[in-house]
Amino acid sequence: MTAKNVLVRVERLARLFPVARGWLRRARHFVHAVDEVSFQIQQGEIFGLVGESGCGKTTTGKLLLKLLEPTRGRISFRLERTPQDLPLPRDADGFVPLTHLRGRRALKEFRRHAQMIFQDPYESLNPRMTVLEIITEPLRVQKIGDPLEQEGQGAEMLKRVGLSPPESFLFRYPHELSGGQRQRVAIARAMIINPSFIVADEPTSMLDVSIRAGIMNLMLSLREEFNISYLYITHDLAVARYMCDRIAVMYLGKIVELGPTEAVIQNPLHPYTKALISAVPVPDPRVKRPSLELKGGVPRPIDPEPRCRFYNRCPIATDHCRIHNHPPLEEKERAHWVACYEA
Amino acid sequence: MALLEVCGLTVHYQTRQGEVHAIDGVSFTLEPGEALGLVGESGCGKTSIALALLRLLPENALAKRGRILFAGRDLLELPEEEMRQIRWKGISMIFQGAMNSLNPVYRVGDQIIEAILTHNPQASERQARAKVAQLFELVGLDPERLDRFPHEYSGGMKQRAVIAMALACDPKIVIADEPTTALDVIVQDKILREMRRIQKETGVSMIYISHDMAVIAEVADTIGVMYAGKLVELGPAEEIFTSPVHPYTEALLSAFPSIHGEKRRLKSLPGEPPDLLHPPPGCRFHPRCPYATAVCQREEPPLEPHRDGGQAACWHPL
Repeated sequence: MTAKNVLVRVERLARLFPVARGWLRRARHFVHAVDEVSFQIQQGEIFGLVGESGCGKTTTGKLLLKLLEPTRGRISFRLERTPQDLPLPRDADGFVPLTHLRGRRALKEFRRHAQMIFQDPYESLNPRMTVLEIITEPLRVQKIGDPLEQEGQGAEMLKRVGLSPPESFLFRYPHELSGGQRQRVAIARAMIINPSFIVADEPTSMLDVSIRAGIMNLMLSLREEFNISYLYITHDLAVARYMCDRIAVMYLGKIVELGPTEAVIQNPLHPYTKALISAVPVPDPRVKRPSLELKGGVPRPIDPEPRCRFYNRCPIATDHCRIHNHPPLEEKERAHWVACYEA
Repeated sequence: MALLEVCGLTVHYQTRQGEVHAIDGVSFTLEPGEALGLVGESGCGKTSIALALLRLLPENALAKRGRILFAGRDLLELPEEEMRQIRWKGISMIFQGAMNSLNPVYRVGDQIIEAILTHNPQASERQARAKVAQLFELVGLDPERLDRFPHEYSGGMKQRAVIAMALACDPKIVIADEPTTALDVIVQDKILREMRRIQKETGVSMIYISHDMAVIAEVADTIGVMYAGKLVELGPAEEIFTSPVHPYTEALLSAFPSIHGEKRRLKSLPGEPPDLLHPPPGCRFHPRCPYATAVCQREEPPLEPHRDGGQAACWHPL
C-alpha cells in the first residue's frame, strides 16, 4: 500500500458515550463505542467495516463524516480543489485534519467531498420533496450551477443510477417509489456533487433480495467510473466479500483484524473472525459448516478492562492475555493485520 | 397420510384500493417430522399462509378458496371453539419479532406456565413448572432463569424462551416466521442449530418462513419458493439449490453473495415484484422473466411435477 494514494487517514480514533449521567454530576461510566481505531482508505478503494451490532462500525462512519465529534484521535483527508479564498488547516503532507475543521464554510467545503448513503431509504429522503428537489439539493447548497443546469445534471444522474427515463421520476415523491428506487435516489443525491468519498451504512440490508444485487452492482460500477472510495459498513460478511477490497473486523470498538477481503475471509487469523465466518449460513444445503461456538454473548463496552476485549469469550485465551493490555494490530501476513497474542 | 395438507389455498385482502391477491392457489403437504422452508421476498404471501393455517388472518382477509386439512379435518370449516384447541396444541407459531413481545413485567417462566395452564386446565401449576424447566433444558436455557424477567435475558436467550413457549403444549407443527432475523450472525447460528436439534429430538414438524435463502438452506428438508402470492417451485432442498427449475428460483439463487466458493458476479433481476392489487395476467413472473414467451402472458402455469421429483409452475422449466 503506497502512502501516495491514501485518501482518508484515521489515527487512534476514539469515541466514548457517557452512560447514566446524573444531574449536575459528571458521568462516571462510559461506553467505549470506538476505541483507538486506526486505518487508511485508498483512493478508489472500497473499505469494509464488519461486525455484529454494537461493535462501533456505524459510530466510526459518522465520525468520518463529522456527524459526530471524536473523543480522541485524528482523521485527515486528502482534499484537493478547495477555493483560493478558503484556507484550510493542512498537515505537512497536505492532508486536511478533519478534527481541526472549524466554521460553516470549511465544513460545507468538506461535504463537497464526502457524502453518505443511509440504511433506510424510507427514512433518509424528505417525503415532501420531489425526486428532483432531493437529488439537486446538494447542488443548491453548494451553489453549483443555475436551476436549469441543476435539473439537467439531476436528470443525467438519475439515468446513471438506473432510473430512466428520468422524466418519469423527476417529479415524483418518495412514497411513489419502491425501496430499490428510493435507494437509487439516495445514491444519486450522494453522487451528484462528484464526491471522492462516500460512507455507505448497510445500504442494502433493508431491501428485498432481488433488488439488492442491482444496488450493489450499481455501487461497484460507480466506483469504477468515478474512482470514488467507499467506507462500506455491513454486518453481512457475504456482502462485504462481494463489495470490498479490504475489510476490518470490529469487536467492541476495536479493530481485531484488517486485511485484503479474500485473505480475511479465506484465512481468518483472529479467533473472533474465525467464529464469525463459521457462523455465516451458506445458501447451499450440501455444505456442512464446522461449529465454532463462542461462550456467551457480546457484552456492552462500558468501562472495559484494559485486557483484550475478546478475552472472556475467546477459546484460545491464555494467562498472557489476562494480564496484558489489549493486543496491538500486527502485520502477521502480508497486509493482513491481527490484534491477538495467540494468533 | 400427510400431517398437513393445504390445497388451493387462496387469501385475498379487502382494501380501499381493491382486492389484494395475497395468496393464490397454494398447495403443499407436510409429513410428520418434516421441515418445510417457505422462502420469498416481502409481500409474497409467506406470512399470510402461516396466519391462514392458524386462522389468525386479519378481519379484512377473505379465505376465498381451498382447504387446510390437519389430522383429517379442514381447519377452515372448524368452529372457533375447536380451532382454539388446535392452536398451540396442534399448531403453534413463533411470530416474527416474538422475542420483543415477551411481557416485560412478568417473569419469563410464568408467561410460559400461563400458556400451558390455559391450554391444559387439568394440569397443576407444579406440573406446568416442571414442564417449563424441561423445555428450558431442551432449548439450552438454564432452568435457574425461569424466575428472571425478560430484560435480564439477551436477545438470543429471549429467542430460546420464545421457542420453548411454542413447544409448551407439545404441538405437532411449529411455524417459525423469520425466527432469527433480528439476531446477530453468531447467535443466529446457535439458534438455528438448536432448532434443528430440537426438531430431531422431538419429531415435531416445522414450517420455516424466511426471506433468506441461506437460513432456509440450513434448516429445511423441503423448500417452497413463493413469488407474488404463488408457490412457484416446491421440492427437496438439495434439488432446489443444485438444479432449480423455475426461473425465479434461479434468479434468487444468483442474487445472493456467498462467502464460500468462487466469487462470482451477482445477477440482478430487472423490475420489481408486481402490485398484488392488479397482478399481471398469465404467469405472475413473466414481466421479469428472461425466458417469457406469449403463452406466459396469457395463461397461468399450474404447479406440476417435473423430472427431478419436485414441482414447478412454469411453462418453460429450466
